[in-house]
Amino acid sequence: MSLIEIPVGPQHPALHEPIMLRVKADGERVVDVQVVTGYNHRGAEKLGERNTWSKNVFLYSRVCGICNTVHAQTYTQGVEAIGNVEVPPRAQYLRTLIMELERIHSHMLISAVMAEIVGFDSLFMLIMRDREPVMMLKELVTGNRVLSDYYTLGGVRRDVDEVKKDKILKVLESVEGRMKYYKKVFEEDFTLSRRLGGVGVVRHDEAVRYSLVGPTLRGSGVKSDVRADDPYAAYGEIPFNVITYDGGDSLSRMLVRFDETLESIEMVRYILNHLPQGPIAPKTPIRIIPAGEAFSRVEAPRGELFYHIVSKGGDKPYRVKVRTPSFHNIINGVIAYREANIADVPVILASVDPCISCTERVLVIDERSGKARSLRLKDLSRGLLDGS
Amino acid sequence: MVSTKVVKYSPWLLHFNTGACNGCDIEVLAALTPYYDPERFGVKLAPNPRHADVMVVTGAVTKKAGERLNRLYEQMPSPKFVVAVGACAISGGVFSGSYSVLNGANKVVPVSMYVPGCPPRPEAILYGIVKLLSKLDGGGNE
Repeated sequence: MSLIEIPVGPQHPALHEPIMLRVKADGERVVDVQVVTGYNHRGAEKLGERNTWSKNVFLYSRVCGICNTVHAQTYTQGVEAIGNVEVPPRAQYLRTLIMELERIHSHMLISAVMAEIVGFDSLFMLIMRDREPVMMLKELVTGNRVLSDYYTLGGVRRDVDEVKKDKILKVLESVEGRMKYYKKVFEEDFTLSRRLGGVGVVRHDEAVRYSLVGPTLRGSGVKSDVRADDPYAAYGEIPFNVITYDGGDSLSRMLVRFDETLESIEMVRYILNHLPQGPIAPKTPIRIIPAGEAFSRVEAPRGELFYHIVSKGGDKPYRVKVRTPSFHNIINGVIAYREANIADVPVILASVDPCISCTERVLVIDERSGKARSLRLKDLSRGLLDGS
Repeated sequence: MVSTKVVKYSPWLLHFNTGACNGCDIEVLAALTPYYDPERFGVKLAPNPRHADVMVVTGAVTKKAGERLNRLYEQMPSPKFVVAVGACAISGGVFSGSYSVLNGANKVVPVSMYVPGCPPRPEAILYGIVKLLSKLDGGGNE
């Protein structure tokens, strides 16, 4: 029987982002999956060379809306390393606070999307309903629901007072109860465990060899988390556990996210109760950064986010290179589709928590021929190793 | 011309991300959840462009997504409308001037309503759609 090629995307109701999967199927069985990207390439790295150091904080926040504070964190901590800028401890704690709030909402979002994809629409609606209070907390702390623009070079832009602290603690209490319940649903519900369990398995050795990152890696039993391995901001002072699950399937990856959410809620509590006193930003804005070079990495909700920043002195960066977690997870994650059923393709795609707008930073698009370049799987992974 | 009345009572949305940062997209998604209850206006997400009445465009419209945007618009049945959500879909936002973006949805398809913000709040997105519906007596883009 000849193979059938099924294009999934770039516009599709399951995911709200443009990516195309070219699925080759033999009946119901998936033989090969090719990822076609480039729909979201906006040239942010090049734009960064045009903007000043402080303007770039806003630009790089907009690389990804869901994980905007971690992008801002990676960028600012790299620039601060070049410029030897001391960040006050209170600002470090507040940065950690907002990053953890973001992790909570991001993990809740993908759990909701996953529920929608497997056809459990009421669970999607329920998780989205319970996610709204977290978005309001983000607004309370930063002034905006999604793109917080909380960061400034050398600090943060708003402070947290006692009233806000009490409100955050109160809301998180109810969120924690709901998340425990949803975790139980994911573990015990018959439909969910059948749709997710054993689907899209990535073994421990494969996860390492294909350099997967984040919950996708930890769902395969690899204990790796930048927050613990290379602490940044205030993570060195905050106790937390690195969550791993050994299953390697879509269910394990989702359970990692649930446990991390609960862990993040604990961390937010610790931060609010141990917030150091002092200033939150330098008195004068930082405009000029001396010549230098910095590598900077943080643990985004989806895995390790990496920036390479080069300065030749002056008020603009010479080069900002962004390597995002989804880049590894989506492109190398194609190993998870082998031998899967067609109906499992969206589930597996969602289980790596794909963030297309992140991925598109580093792709080379063949603009000259003006059409989508179709690559073989082998070429695709080689292109990745070259770093494009 | 098909009566716009049909659209007015229950507009089905087609959401297309043309190179957004996701910020607008998760707000569009949030606007479709029970907290904001869009179904009181009959607003529903369409599974297919051929079922859709209103296309919600987010993102700065990259060159590659621009072709798709045009194709999706052509696949929609008339009467059809486009709502541009977010600063990027209006003018390119922070990405305007980049080598790979077209700076706004109106460069590719006719836009009936603009919802500003970076990202706009879910209430604002719903307000934009509802405002479009109240405008509908004037007729749509054929």
